[in-house]
Amino acid sequence: MTTLKRFLSRNKPLVGLIVLMAAVAVMSPSFMTVDNLLNILRQTSINAVIAVGMTYVILSGGIDLSVGSVLAFCGAVCAWLVAGDLSIWLAIPLSLLLGAGLGAINGVVIGTGGVQPFVATLVAMTMLRGATLVFTDGRPITTGTGAAADAFWSVGGGYLLGIPVPVVVAAAVFAVCGLVLTRTRFGRYTYAVGGNEVVARLSGIRVNLEKTTIYALSGLLAALAGVILTARLESAQPTAGAGYELDAIAAVVVGGTSLSGGKGTLFGTLVGALIIGVLNNALNLMDVSSYYQMIAKGAVILLAVLADSRKSP
Amino acid sequence: MDSRSGFLLDLQGVGKGFNGVTVLDGVDFRLRAGEVMALIGENGAGKSTLMRIVTGILQPDSSSAMMFRGQPVRFTAPRQAIDAGIAMIHQELNLLPHLSVADNIWLGREPRNRLGLIDRGRMRREAKALLERLRQTIDPDCPVGSLSVGQQQMVEIARALSLNAELIVMDEPTDALTDVETAVLFEVIRGLKADGKGIVYISHRLGEIFALCDSVTVLRDGHMVHRGAVADLDEAALIRHMVGRSITDQYPYLPCPAGAERLTVEGLSADGVNDVSFSAAGGEILGFAGLMGAGRTELGKAIFGASRLRAGSVRVDGAEVRLRHPRDGVAAGIAYVPEDRKAEGLIQGHSIRTNMSLAALKQLCGPGGVVRQADERTAVDRFMAAFAVKAHGIGAEVRTLSGGNQQKISLAKALMLSPKIVILDEPTRGVDVGARREIYGLINDLKAKGLCILLMSSDMPELLGLSDRILVMAGGRITGRFGRDEATQEKIMACAIG
Repeated sequence: MTTLKRFLSRNKPLVGLIVLMAAVAVMSPSFMTVDNLLNILRQTSINAVIAVGMTYVILSGGIDLSVGSVLAFCGAVCAWLVAGDLSIWLAIPLSLLLGAGLGAINGVVIGTGGVQPFVATLVAMTMLRGATLVFTDGRPITTGTGAAADAFWSVGGGYLLGIPVPVVVAAAVFAVCGLVLTRTRFGRYTYAVGGNEVVARLSGIRVNLEKTTIYALSGLLAALAGVILTARLESAQPTAGAGYELDAIAAVVVGGTSLSGGKGTLFGTLVGALIIGVLNNALNLMDVSSYYQMIAKGAVILLAVLADSRKSP
Repeated sequence: MDSRSGFLLDLQGVGKGFNGVTVLDGVDFRLRAGEVMALIGENGAGKSTLMRIVTGILQPDSSSAMMFRGQPVRFTAPRQAIDAGIAMIHQELNLLPHLSVADNIWLGREPRNRLGLIDRGRMRREAKALLERLRQTIDPDCPVGSLSVGQQQMVEIARALSLNAELIVMDEPTDALTDVETAVLFEVIRGLKADGKGIVYISHRLGEIFALCDSVTVLRDGHMVHRGAVADLDEAALIRHMVGRSITDQYPYLPCPAGAERLTVEGLSADGVNDVSFSAAGGEILGFAGLMGAGRTELGKAIFGASRLRAGSVRVDGAEVRLRHPRDGVAAGIAYVPEDRKAEGLIQGHSIRTNMSLAALKQLCGPGGVVRQADERTAVDRFMAAFAVKAHGIGAEVRTLSGGNQQKISLAKALMLSPKIVILDEPTRGVDVGARREIYGLINDLKAKGLCILLMSSDMPELLGLSDRILVMAGGRITGRFGRDEATQEKIMACAIG
């Protein structure tokens, strides 16, 4: 019993998620159905994948505002490649690589260039949004009707053993990145860089290389989210992903990760993303207007963060 | 002040404990208006804790009684102490470098004119008047950052006067001052004394105490061990009170057969380091003396690869090492234990385990960079036992540990790399007396194992007690070299000032 109590006191966001789900279940009978729950997971998966990268970045003491634009740009490139009937086994890896490269540039500008992460990624966000508009000419790119497009669609809309593919992908991303974060040197160094950069450097850690890798990971995962979104819609929108960086940051913060770096867990982020997903879904089920939804969402995030900040004096 | 007891400040039976560790025990401390009281004692004797209580930063245990200007007081916040008329001038000055002198003096209490706007003219005039009272000609419009440390101190004192402070506590005020600035400060203090202010003067420089102070209170291990007039004491008596034992007991020297030459530094220049050459052998403790800013920390960092080398070479066991990053130092078998544990040594919010293994993590990793957690735990547990670290398990956050235990973790972190050369920068700063002795024991153990140890310390008895040889630095250069038998505090000081 005490171990359960301790687990819950350390996982306040999880308690919040359970309470939220119980409350919604009481208020709306259509909430607790397999279909609806799978729907929530599918809707959450894109934000969740971005939030994994964001967790790494925030743990390292940074922030990545460029993820929404990276998502749009890589999604557009991927749609273009698929429309050209390039096999998805090439198109998707190329798009992910592009995302990683763009993220790595952020990392170099921040690490070696010494630019504040907020500023560097704000610049990247603006420039990449522009690049997306140039690339797409401001119009959606549809994936077309080729064989590649058919295969591509299943990445966003298909099912694997009855579970939506995006959910499977997000689960895999969480599992792999979770293990990397807690069990490997790279994960430890991520915490160390965010905990105290000077200590990290004096411990022999190549802080700049570390940051480059972390932002590359964030870029790669944003591109992955872009691929999934594009596949589901069968087209890439030039304005896709606008504002997604804020949802991802919200998921990380609601999950208890400190914006000052060095403290937090990926499990918390998963819970944070689910809280936001459940909230969106519940407000839709209850027919709350989207205007009020934003107010409600903001209030819940504030509550979660306030509850979390209580614990440290 | 015309209080009943005749004392400006009168503390009786002050006690303070942290997490069950008693830091102050039944300390009496009192001084009169117009008295300069020296407060001395070793690091960890309880001086700063006592002054934090006086200035309201810390609250004493319940049995303590405190009277100020004849009134019983109990400060629960620094603000209350300031309002009552107690000011403290900290070792690290609390000024905002980009704001002007006048802005700093009046910060948070800016005089307003009738429109509710800040009355800049009055601020400037009154700041100037205050500084003139201290016989300073500092321009009130000048940004504080452009002043010398001595002048900045004067600004702090002016701020204290502007608050109508009756009691001013000065913590090691001359540490960063030149001789001329020190003389000016003494004049100012004598002026404050003549005005009837009470001064508490904390210093480890005994000469200053005889030159300046009326009376002295000595703390040792949290107890008041002596109080009396300075005129009744000589330096030897003062040291006896402070240390309570002879120095040879406190700093156990371990004679070791000199090993082969391990470290050779030739013509090294880097930021704050100028053409430094020396060599050190295995099984040797090479001490580095010098005043603050003499370049010892910079030298240590340069040898470790943490700062850019401009010229010169570093050889380990005869092989030249290219040093561009601390990682190169680590790879060459050099470990550096930084002076500032909080900022450079340990990640305060992280666990003992992850801190201790951070530098050596590569050696604890299997394929794919996966940390072998069982091996890590074994290694950490081994050091925890060997160093007798007191903590609630290896998952405890480092910031919850005492200074001595943090230093042990910092040392363990460096040793986990199995280095050949260990650079210790102020290894006992902020460490209490008991833990110091343990750390000296650990340093001697390393020496016995044939490690080459560079010991940088401002604690002269420690340096004289432990080192085989002592190099003195000033202005980034080596200005004196002494063998263990010929080194004395006076000779070292002569080189450190030169």
